Amino acid sequence: MEENEMRRVDLVVIGGSAGSFTVLLEILPKIRTDIDFAIVVVLHRKNNFTTSIADVFDQKCALPVLECEDKDRIEKGKIYFAPADYHLLIEKDSCFSLDYSEKVNFSRPAIDITFKNAADVYQSKLVGILLSGANADGAEGLAYIKQKSGTTIVQDPESAEIATMPNEALKLCKPDFIANVGEIADLINQF
Amino acid sequence: MRIYTLVDDDDLETLLNDVANKYGYDFTEYSKASMKRRVNRLCTLDKFASFAELRYRVLNNDSYFARFVEEVTVNVTEMFRDQHFYKTLRDEIIPQLGVHSHIKIWLAGCSTGEEAYSLSILLHEANLAHKAIIYATDINPRVLETARNGIYPIHLIRGYSQNYINSGGITDFSDYYTANYDYARFVDKLREHMIFATHNLVSDSSFNEFQLILCRNVLIYFDKNLQDKVFNLFDASLENLGYLALGSKETIKFSHLERRYQQIGKEKIWRKMK
Ligand SMILES: C[S@@+](CC[C@H](N)C(=O)[O-])C[C@H]1O[C@@H](n2cnc3c(N)ncnc32)[C@H](O)[C@@H]1O
Repeated sequence: MEENEMRRVDLVVIGGSAGSFTVLLEILPKIRTDIDFAIVVVLHRKNNFTTSIADVFDQKCALPVLECEDKDRIEKGKIYFAPADYHLLIEKDSCFSLDYSEKVNFSRPAIDITFKNAADVYQSKLVGILLSGANADGAEGLAYIKQKSGTTIVQDPESAEIATMPNEALKLCKPDFIANVGEIADLINQF
Repeated sequence: MRIYTLVDDDDLETLLNDVANKYGYDFTEYSKASMKRRVNRLCTLDKFASFAELRYRVLNNDSYFARFVEEVTVNVTEMFRDQHFYKTLRDEIIPQLGVHSHIKIWLAGCSTGEEAYSLSILLHEANLAHKAIIYATDINPRVLETARNGIYPIHLIRGYSQNYINSGGITDFSDYYTANYDYARFVDKLREHMIFATHNLVSDSSFNEFQLILCRNVLIYFDKNLQDKVFNLFDASLENLGYLALGSKETIKFSHLERRYQQIGKEKIWRKMK
């Protein structure tokens, strides 16, 4: 894909698991403040992680960082985190719906669920990014984003603390970009 | 690899309209994103080859329809989920209810009953159970069957016990059930003041006035419009100064109720002020 014919982007959705927290700490503070889209992060974490992860990032980012609540409307220029222990869905009218159903890939929130659902809603206007992790969650979802003509980015397994998740994704699809941490921030800033 | 979703948006609309017409269960104002996922998940589980096949089965086989309802509505629940919430109930809300001579509580969308037993334990520990009634309702008769029995897999009990302690539990949790090898059965005294009944929040009306209504992790499955209707139903079913408790990510902020209800601290509990 040529840089100057980059499609317009409405949403960037990032999935991460073990080893992604520090990656996000590097990427998210670097995002320019005038982005024309929203960013949604689905990060696996322990249930007993009591302090809100959104608060942690809000301290460090220029953009507002929020934890999603049910039926909140997605606004551009904001970063949203899926809350612990709920799956995160997006409706056609761009508001969130939360879902407390069975775990998928041993995970709740499951990255696959949000990726697939977002791909249905945003199609080519979606960017999916999959980061470090120790399981296969997100791989199928990323392949589906690609199938729906979205842009796909996988963290370079070489640069990932735990390469399983990026590698699983690479087995299922050929992403538009395989990028290290610094490059991922640059890519997001170009959309 | 290509990933197929059998049921698209139009199919879903067709199916939900069919179901409403044939069975009177109206899911058309449920969250579309959630419904689409649940229906596609069901297609995978039950190995349907096409949308037409699923539709035929749902509309022509009553017992399969019962399975459909059970699978598209999510029944996942826990005892003492959200320790903060139960701590607030225990320390602030339940003692307030004590001033009434009869305490009436509505637990809407009670699923398999874990919340009802949790609530009953709180009432017992506050010495209020003798004058309390918990009306526990759900759309799905099958989950109510489980709720009535109060029998849960033993491997879940350790987690529940931990939740109980974290939320301020004061006695030995094992006093509340008898255990055998696989299952724990909650004791009868917890069940004595519970009434289980089917009630559909979409189509059934108010049936009493309560001092506390709990409806947690049910509204997330509804669209905003339907949420608003259900908030009106709750408003009509709540005494003045009664409490409405929602799930930890749910809110009344999109509803006109917000002006007349006061939030209790940061918890998802609101008090009706007028
Ligand atoms: C995820 S469970 C929530 C259980 C429990 N309240 C909790 O928070 O753990 C959702 C429940 O809502 C019920 N439900 C869904 N639609 C309903 C309706 N229209 N009327 C009443 N209950 C409904 C489902 O059958 C299910 O038992």
